[in-house]
Amino acid sequence: MTTTEPESPAGLSRRRVLAYLVAAPTLTLVARIADGVAGPAAPAGATPGVPDLIDLSDVLTAAALPTAYLLRLEITPAGRVVLGVPRAEVGQGITTAFAQIVADELDARLDDVDVELDPARPELLFNQLTGGSNSIHSLYGPMRTVAAAARARLVTAASQRWGLPAGQLRTAGSAVVAPDGRTLSFGALTGAAAAAVDLLVPGTPKPDAQLQLNGQPTGRIDARDIVTGRARYALDVEVAGALPTVVARPPTIKGTVRSVDATAARAMPGVIAVTPIPTGVAITAETFHQAVAATEALAVQWGPGSIEGLSDGDIFARLRRAAAPFTTLPLGQLVVDRTFEFAFAPHAPMETLTATADVRGGRAEVWYAAKSPIVAAQSVAAAVGLPQDTVTLHVVRGGGSFGHRLFFEPAVEAAQVSQAIGRPVRLLWTRNDDMRHGRLRPASHHKVRATHMLGSVVAYEHRHATLPVDFSHGFGDALSGAGFDILNVGATQTVFQLTQKIAYDFGVETQLLTDVQLDVPTGSWRGIYSGQTSTVNEIMVDEIARTFRRDPLGFRRDKLSSRRSRAVLDKVGAIGGWGRAMPAGTAQGVAVHEEYKSVVAYLVEIDCRDRAHPRVTKGVCAVDVGRAVNPTGLEAQMQGALIDGISTVLSAGVHIDRGAVREGSFSDYRYARQAQAPPITEVHVMAPTGPPGGAGELGVPAAAAAVANAYARATGVRPTHFPIAFG
Amino acid sequence: MPTFTFTLNGAPTTIEAPADLPLLWILRDHLGVTGPKYGCGVGVCRACTSHLDGAAFSPCTTPVAECDGATVVTIEGLADGEVLHPVQQAWIDEDVAQCGFCQPGQIMAAVALLAQNPHPTDADIDAIENVCRCGTYVRIRAAIKRAATL
Repeated sequence: MTTTEPESPAGLSRRRVLAYLVAAPTLTLVARIADGVAGPAAPAGATPGVPDLIDLSDVLTAAALPTAYLLRLEITPAGRVVLGVPRAEVGQGITTAFAQIVADELDARLDDVDVELDPARPELLFNQLTGGSNSIHSLYGPMRTVAAAARARLVTAASQRWGLPAGQLRTAGSAVVAPDGRTLSFGALTGAAAAAVDLLVPGTPKPDAQLQLNGQPTGRIDARDIVTGRARYALDVEVAGALPTVVARPPTIKGTVRSVDATAARAMPGVIAVTPIPTGVAITAETFHQAVAATEALAVQWGPGSIEGLSDGDIFARLRRAAAPFTTLPLGQLVVDRTFEFAFAPHAPMETLTATADVRGGRAEVWYAAKSPIVAAQSVAAAVGLPQDTVTLHVVRGGGSFGHRLFFEPAVEAAQVSQAIGRPVRLLWTRNDDMRHGRLRPASHHKVRATHMLGSVVAYEHRHATLPVDFSHGFGDALSGAGFDILNVGATQTVFQLTQKIAYDFGVETQLLTDVQLDVPTGSWRGIYSGQTSTVNEIMVDEIARTFRRDPLGFRRDKLSSRRSRAVLDKVGAIGGWGRAMPAGTAQGVAVHEEYKSVVAYLVEIDCRDRAHPRVTKGVCAVDVGRAVNPTGLEAQMQGALIDGISTVLSAGVHIDRGAVREGSFSDYRYARQAQAPPITEVHVMAPTGPPGGAGELGVPAAAAAVANAYARATGVRPTHFPIAFG
Repeated sequence: MPTFTFTLNGAPTTIEAPADLPLLWILRDHLGVTGPKYGCGVGVCRACTSHLDGAAFSPCTTPVAECDGATVVTIEGLADGEVLHPVQQAWIDEDVAQCGFCQPGQIMAAVALLAQNPHPTDADIDAIENVCRCGTYVRIRAAIKRAATL
């Protein structure tokens, strides 16, 4: 039997917690359930560089494991099943998936489940970080276990109420059902269930064969809120008197404030306060428009930025120089040598970085769509000089992230301004701020050498030079927590080696990362390194196949190491009609990717007859994530990743000119719109092959490479610089 | 300060504001109507798309003075009480939304398109320039086509 050992979200003593649980009038599980649960093996030895044996998914899940069962599940007398999720919802659909998982184990109606995003819970340590496509992978078991324990308590309570053997009872439709058809709703039983001590049925999750909601295509549980405009984001939260605030920022990346003359700005209509903060000069006004207008009236002497005077040309020159040398010799006809480069790319979520904060009376309350809320709350506390336990950080719904909301600068800024002016504020990064001062996927240079003999690749070397990706948002701490010695190896090297693998039998393989120390705000962008490294590898596979005069799909099929990858490749080949006759200037392209315990293949068709406006006209995808909790949501992730691939390969990137990001809006950051999106997309979700892996970032590399490969086949021009539109 | 009167989601609304203040901030900061989203402030991402006298427009670049005497409908005014507009229902049926932030604007753009052109072609749908950074375009297209059949 599963044992429950209550813990408190607030770190209260066990005695107090037990009292809390016993005294709770309704079933509230904040349970540590340690027995009988298969968790991932802890990383033995913790030697980076073997993603076949252990990968980033394992490491993040292992780091989360010690607190993974501290989940919050409550059943109210009104029959609502309230589930606290210690992750962020930024569009990836995990709230719906978790609602399905919990409803299924409880036999509750999905409509009865309310999912709340947990505020920052420091006791969760490394288990409140939304990244690495790890949410479902890490919490799948714990969610099911906690829900199953709750179900056991409800059945026990009904058994006692009716005086019937618990084994004769079943659960369905948010109720316990007796053999004669009588029912007791979960809401009616919750008080007794909370008091149940000796459970009369096992609190173990169902066998897979009995799962119903878990695995069923399901629409988003918050769809109605979204389509009616009721969904609230950080700028929309109702905090009485919270004042619109924007920050005048320096003209260059990480520029500083030397002096400010705010006389004219203070006299502008609607201006309430002008507050110098470390990152710029904050203006608080009656409306955001007035605040923005007043930033233009500020007279600021800006100090130089962190890469003052540097432009793309300088940066790429450094990257090229820095790329590590190959170890194999250039054996004439026997090598395929290629170089590739990617421009910087902002995350540019639709909702710019935005936070609401109220720092008064020795307390701080912050609303932010944080993917790393514990570190965010700690940073707020440090910034305003308050003890950590006086800071409450509410995790609100986020309008996209793609990695950006792992960082929390606006939460800190909003707290600083609120503290300074003694009033709550709503702090908005303008789109310009978001693109020019937000995090960037760093530019990268790749040199790759495949050495081959007799139609086989015998050595494959990939040298990836880029700027250091910033993992200071808690990711690095999680790696340490899982036993990795990141102090010696470095967080970037650790993540690179845990995520990069060659999916093919290519002989001796080495992939090396070199960080070029330039102080630019970076952050992992959907896919972390794979969006560039693995994309390059999949373009190289086409290059190698071309050298061998092999069909790209057939060559992949021969050389892929994993059966699962061959299966998704075959599937897209079949449903996408690989090899069909197409007009000149149009072509198909294909690519695969393995990561997060999952595999995916894309087949795209592109029309390059108007060379200035290439259009992906069709996208076909096959995806195997082990088990898809919500196939509808999984398909959405694959569709979205395809648009990321199209955008980053064809048109979307930014330039750095003399220390500043040139682009500042969607008018010049050319992310795909409807006219650049394929009118036809088909996603095939493979039959279950195991427990759930990751999905959110999975699709990007294969989608991007399939687009690049299709472009090369359609035009005869093999692209090496991305986005292609940058020339 | 001048006073402006318009109909907002069916209700007569009078507001005192600078004439050049974009309607978006009247809606959001003064009236608490937060369905229209800020995405760029310069009329290129279209996240705030709403209707001005039945046509799609960007409140972020439309001074309140231009709305005087007009009828403004935001996403909040689209449904008939609890009965969703067919386009909203189509959005749910196709499970369009991911992060959801752009979707009020996408829906308002689609409603305006369908009002002018009840049976839009793929090329007509391509003309919608609202950005969706989650890349829900193929479902938006499907939802518009579904709504067109209702």
